[in-house]
Amino acid sequence: MYSKTVLAKKLLAAATGLLLTTFSGIISADDPFKIGFVYVGPVGDHGWTYRHDIGRQAIEAEFGDKVETTFVESVPEGADAERVIRKLASSGHGLIFTTSFGYMNPTVKVAKAFPDVKFEHATGYKRSDNVSTYSGRFYEGRAVLGTIAGMMTKTNTIGYIASFPIPEVVRGINAFTIAMRKVNPDATVKVVWVNSWYDPGKEADAAKALIDQGVDIVTQHTDSPAPLQVAQERGVMGFGQASDMSAFAPDAQLTSIVDNWDAYYVERTRSAMDGSWTSEDTWAGIENGMVDFPEYGAMVPDDVKAAADVIKEGIVDGSLHPFQGPIMDQNGKVVAEEGVTIDDGTLLGMDFYVEGVQGTLPK
Amino acid sequence: MISLQPRAMPSKLMGYLAPLIALGLTLLSGLVLFALLGVPVGEAFHAFFIEPISTPYGLSELGVKATPLILIGVGLSIGFRAQVWNIGAEGQLILGGIFGGAVALYFYEVDAWYVLPLMLIAGVIGGMLWAAIPALLKTHFNANEILTSLMLTYVAGLLLSFLVHGALRDPDGFNFPESRLFHDAALLPIVMEGTRLHIGAVVALFVVVAGWVLLSRTMLGFALKVNGAAPRAGAYAGFSQKRLIWFSLLLTGGLAGLAGLIEVAGPIGQLQPTISPGYGFTAIIVAFLGRLHPIGVLFAGLIMALSYLGGESAQITLNLPVAVTGVFQGLLLFFLLAADVLINFKIVRKVRRQL
Repeated sequence: MYSKTVLAKKLLAAATGLLLTTFSGIISADDPFKIGFVYVGPVGDHGWTYRHDIGRQAIEAEFGDKVETTFVESVPEGADAERVIRKLASSGHGLIFTTSFGYMNPTVKVAKAFPDVKFEHATGYKRSDNVSTYSGRFYEGRAVLGTIAGMMTKTNTIGYIASFPIPEVVRGINAFTIAMRKVNPDATVKVVWVNSWYDPGKEADAAKALIDQGVDIVTQHTDSPAPLQVAQERGVMGFGQASDMSAFAPDAQLTSIVDNWDAYYVERTRSAMDGSWTSEDTWAGIENGMVDFPEYGAMVPDDVKAAADVIKEGIVDGSLHPFQGPIMDQNGKVVAEEGVTIDDGTLLGMDFYVEGVQGTLPK
Repeated sequence: MISLQPRAMPSKLMGYLAPLIALGLTLLSGLVLFALLGVPVGEAFHAFFIEPISTPYGLSELGVKATPLILIGVGLSIGFRAQVWNIGAEGQLILGGIFGGAVALYFYEVDAWYVLPLMLIAGVIGGMLWAAIPALLKTHFNANEILTSLMLTYVAGLLLSFLVHGALRDPDGFNFPESRLFHDAALLPIVMEGTRLHIGAVVALFVVVAGWVLLSRTMLGFALKVNGAAPRAGAYAGFSQKRLIWFSLLLTGGLAGLAGLIEVAGPIGQLQPTISPGYGFTAIIVAFLGRLHPIGVLFAGLIMALSYLGGESAQITLNLPVAVTGVFQGLLLFFLLAADVLINFKIVRKVRRQL
């Protein structure tokens, strides 16, 4: 027993010593400020992770050699995340972005052990003195997509490839469907769950199955361009996800929701560097540019463009909310009366389909 | 024409040396790879193989990462010796996590000593039950266990997803698919202060020794080996094929279930839609790299774990892509299989006769 405790103490002392040396490293003024990123997918996914990496590059472009950025890609959302986050924190990174929901608990845990390091967790809800959370109101973008789809579908059936039945995704499906049925009450949405954020094979199969069932527009809440590529091959239309995917499907992409983290990342880096950083919860939308759009596809007619622009402007000036009543759920039950808007709390935990979505929500 | 001819007496020594040869060749290829990428070779090797384990914390993480690989690897190596091909350890791991996790959540408010032992038992039973399905199908209908166990892996993944989206979901978690964080009484004790190295690592070491004793010192181990090498000889000797199939699958399933429980009650601390980055599959490589020998599996598990840690550290210190990890693991397996072929076969040049 004696030797065991001594050993443990020695190990602890060694570990502390090591930490101290790393910390003393950051204090020197000339060293660049180090910023770490933890990604759930590969940087080449052309979707979610790709856009976060563009945000990282925006930091480098803005601050040049005053900063140094590091990223670790394809980190599983399980036992491994904590080690990676801790490694970044203990190797002199002063600001760490963890960019997937599954990193929430590990981020909070590591943050406790490193009070001097600032953490930014995307899409989560747990905060502390040195952990901020941020996300985009992507449902606002879905309302724009839904409007375009409702006006352009000929078969009145839209295919929706979804990842996991979490509130974020369900909210997107509902915002899309509500906006679509405002311009086309006969249109419905067919949802296929692929249980993955990034699986080009599964995503493509889902797109093929949906097209075989007669949908003429495919939209997705998964990160690869595969569904859009299938749409291009099969001569139907679709929407990009997270980034402008028109290069993969020039004849198919009507438009896309672009996650634009650039401004937020630059801003947070600046405040971390000048000491004004505080723990905050940011949920920004089209107004702040966090939810962005590329040019419309060439096949989108002018009246559809105009209608889509009206939605965008309405959301920005506050005259329109994607979840304005009257809204009914699938069973015809009223969830929001005329003139009532669903509040953020309900949106954050959304677990029902609105009228117009086919099938049942997996629970 | 070049063809392969079986060797009459494959060298036993070379069989044991093959993993080392494969490791050496992998390192050599790594050297070339890094040079081609324009990365300083010395730094790259340091980042990949030395840096991750140069601190006590790094060593503890190596233990955390290797534990599930070793637990499952030992089970698989025993099963593979008996020619029982359980490819679905990943699914059995998931069931172990579900069963053990469900117990932890049932006793969420209970702070008592018996919670953890109950979880351990439940985890093992969960893995065994999942492995019992292929065993039943194999012994009663002669269904190929490779297919049945593999396909059940996907069922297990969906079952976990179903549960964390519904029955086991955190009631205060905004409908996000994950369970509550386990109570302290449901978490594995840490064996090294300030790290995540938990009691599961000690269990894994114990399993290695137990596996070795079973294979080399017991009648059952002998029966398993005979049955694998020469099934008919086994049958003449009176070993029941069916019982060996049941034993192999229940053993591997139970150990995989234990690994799953250890993951959720150890480093994860809750149930999530994914609780394993493919340990059940990686353990197959570990079993073969360890020559289907429990002691070999111990080292193979550590090497495999190091390759993951090295991949992370190479990304952080050298900005190397994560794909390097996959390339290293692939090379290692490739060279090992190639070495095995050359040990068991010799290359002969056949001269084509002109008619």
